[in-house]
Amino acid sequence: MEIIVCVKRVPDTAELEVEIDRSGGGIEERDLAYGINEWDNFAVEAALAIKEEHGGKVTAITTGGEDDEEVLRRALAMGADEALHLMDSAFEGSDAQGIATILHKAISARPFDLILTGAISSDRSSGQVGGMLAAKLGIPQVALATDLKVEGSKAIVTHEVEGGLERVVELDLPALVSVQTGLNEPRYVSIRGIRKVSSMEIPILGSGDLGLDAAAVGSAGAVVTVEELFLPPKVEGAEMLEGDEEEMVEQLVAKLREQGGL
Amino acid sequence: MADSLVLVELVGGEIDDSAWELAEAARNAGSEKVAAALLGKDVAAHAETLTKAFDVVHVFDDAQLEVLDGEVSAALLAPFVERTAPAMVFVPHTNYGMDLAPGLAVKTDRPLLTDIIAIESANDGIQAVRTMYGGKVHAKVKAVPCDRGYILTLRPGSFAPADNPAAGGTINTEEVPAALAPGRRFVETIQPDAGEVDITQAEVLVAVGRGIEEEENLEIIDSLAEALGAEVACSRPVVDKKWLSKSRQVGTSGLSVKPKIYIAIGISGSFQHMGGVKGGPFIAAINKDPAAPIFSVANVGIVGDLFDIVPLLEEKINEAKG
Repeated sequence: MEIIVCVKRVPDTAELEVEIDRSGGGIEERDLAYGINEWDNFAVEAALAIKEEHGGKVTAITTGGEDDEEVLRRALAMGADEALHLMDSAFEGSDAQGIATILHKAISARPFDLILTGAISSDRSSGQVGGMLAAKLGIPQVALATDLKVEGSKAIVTHEVEGGLERVVELDLPALVSVQTGLNEPRYVSIRGIRKVSSMEIPILGSGDLGLDAAAVGSAGAVVTVEELFLPPKVEGAEMLEGDEEEMVEQLVAKLREQGGL
Repeated sequence: MADSLVLVELVGGEIDDSAWELAEAARNAGSEKVAAALLGKDVAAHAETLTKAFDVVHVFDDAQLEVLDGEVSAALLAPFVERTAPAMVFVPHTNYGMDLAPGLAVKTDRPLLTDIIAIESANDGIQAVRTMYGGKVHAKVKAVPCDRGYILTLRPGSFAPADNPAAGGTINTEEVPAALAPGRRFVETIQPDAGEVDITQAEVLVAVGRGIEEEENLEIIDSLAEALGAEVACSRPVVDKKWLSKSRQVGTSGLSVKPKIYIAIGISGSFQHMGGVKGGPFIAAINKDPAAPIFSVANVGIVGDLFDIVPLLEEKINEAKG
């Protein structure tokens, strides 16, 4: 089994207040910690579990700048065999179809049986790259996978559908699966583990190496652009309780009583 | 002015509300004619219903479409979209829509805007609004002008349907080719376990999210729920970590609940989560992030450390009960 897993480095904003930066086109990054996109972490674990069961090789791929190498090191520390860093100044400002185009060029030149991606990323959350990549490669795909196993030349995938239901489909390999969070328990990565892979060579490929027309990717090739970020408009919203903790809690208890909750 | 096509989704055999929302969104975006694509098996009655809001309903009625599959749908729609050339194709941003839209965009070579919550302009490209960073940031996005047209997935519940649509449309039956997506085959739909609790019937829910940090911290939530005579519910991250069972998950990928009181603790309030909170309950939110989206939908909010607030709340409730 040749398994390719696409990963992305994102800022962790889940528990933080996000501010818009001065350009208006991004978020204030100063105090943010970066790491692997949560969905992609489940994808890496799924890739490794399949390799452990069926044998083969796992290759982690990312496209991005120099700092993004850290998510490849992390995937190697988890047990990926190889990593590939697609990096070129011409890639900057790529939209989802640009990213899919870059990945397509890199992946179609290699052998593969299964490609795994996260279903969405926690930063821009457009949820497009996996499905686009599969269509460009002309292989079957399924999004929002919550369970995945390989049997012979097929992948058996459970995925989320409407109404809180799940559905099982069978894909002929080679295929692409975009995974939902929660489909496994990603293994822990120790600092020692990362140190052990620190000297592993990670090839860097640019547009020339991939035979990519630089005008088809990056800002030049983007058909969808982000014009401006802004904070959600203030709506009426909640009555915010004030005072010290004790006072706030007492007010809340009074409200719950009014609503018949006690 | 140009024409639009709306993909109708059937959920549990019924027309999803998104069909009416997308029809009106398409008209408000300046479409002259709005067509529907209805995919399914034995859907003649639904086609008739849809003529209220659509100028034409294109019906694809076939055994292959009995279970709506994203790959089959994309393979079917791509040549149809190329032939009929609607300026805008609207797809609901549901699990089904997310599964099929990227493939459809590549096959038809159209720019794709996903998870749109507002359309600002459809002249000279498309300008629209979507959310990023778990709903904490809104973004104005633009699809550059494209002669072939565009594909947009619209978030359910973000666009109002028309009050009394009277389009009086016609019905057109389309052929469905065989073996549309042979590489992906339906096996079965899994019926969810009844589970050990039924949060859908609870009047008071204490719901916990990512902010609880560790599994052992759930103790304070259980304890608060007990004091209130409430059931414990949760958002997705808690189920992903296997700390609580899927039968307690509220949201678009979990269960819909309709309590009278919903206490959201350490839950940021993404639309995926709030999409499962129905019936307009009284919502109290406790979160350390003052900008958490939950505070814009809650009735009452406390910004603070849940590890201080929750035990104190339990204590005060027990006092109040005497």
